Amino acid sequence: MARSLKKGPYIDYRLEKKVDTMNESNKKSVIKTWSRRSMISPDFVGHTFAVHNGNKFIPVYVTENMVGHKLGEFAPTRNFRGHISKKDKGKR
Amino acid sequence: MARIAGVDIPDHKRGEIGLTSIYGIGRSSARSILSKAGIDINKKVGEWTDDESNHIRSIISEEFKVEGVLKSEVQLSIKRLLDIGCYRGLRHRKGLPVRGQKTKNNARTRKGRRKTVANKKKATK
Repeated sequence: MARSLKKGPYIDYRLEKKVDTMNESNKKSVIKTWSRRSMISPDFVGHTFAVHNGNKFIPVYVTENMVGHKLGEFAPTRNFRGHISKKDKGKR
Repeated sequence: MARIAGVDIPDHKRGEIGLTSIYGIGRSSARSILSKAGIDINKKVGEWTDDESNHIRSIISEEFKVEGVLKSEVQLSIKRLLDIGCYRGLRHRKGLPVRGQKTKNNARTRKGRRKTVANKKKATK
């Protein structure tokens, strides 16, 4: 179910504050974040986020097209390398 | 044979059903078109007068996105997902279900015909 419009988009409070201070001081550095659930707001465009995927931080450069998606959508949590083929089976 | 939006509408069907042969028009939009044009939804397509089919044509071209325009719009939005590299885009790329469905079984619409893995051993008990 979609989030109620009344509430507006969800952005982690601390993350938003960090982006705001970066925007004010015109600085650009990678923001490390665990907040995969935060919506990408127009203020985020041009910044790079290091989004946690449960194992490590995936660098995500935010472009205009990404606005409205969540940060987590760009840092996959699963890494499917394919099924084991018959040849490889003996080695394991 | 009525020809609307570049598609032939089958003569022997009711108007409501016949219009759904246009890509982008389903039952409910077919109904709203016909009621707007003041045509009974049960009237067969073959019985429409030229005036009536022209009326329908103008309503569709003004208010609805159909056929090629709609198809290209859908393709564009899929392409956007692919380009930004988000989860939905990755699923499109791999030809797997996009909306979080299970893929242990089924999911055949997206995955296509079964590819049998040779000599898959049965679970030994």
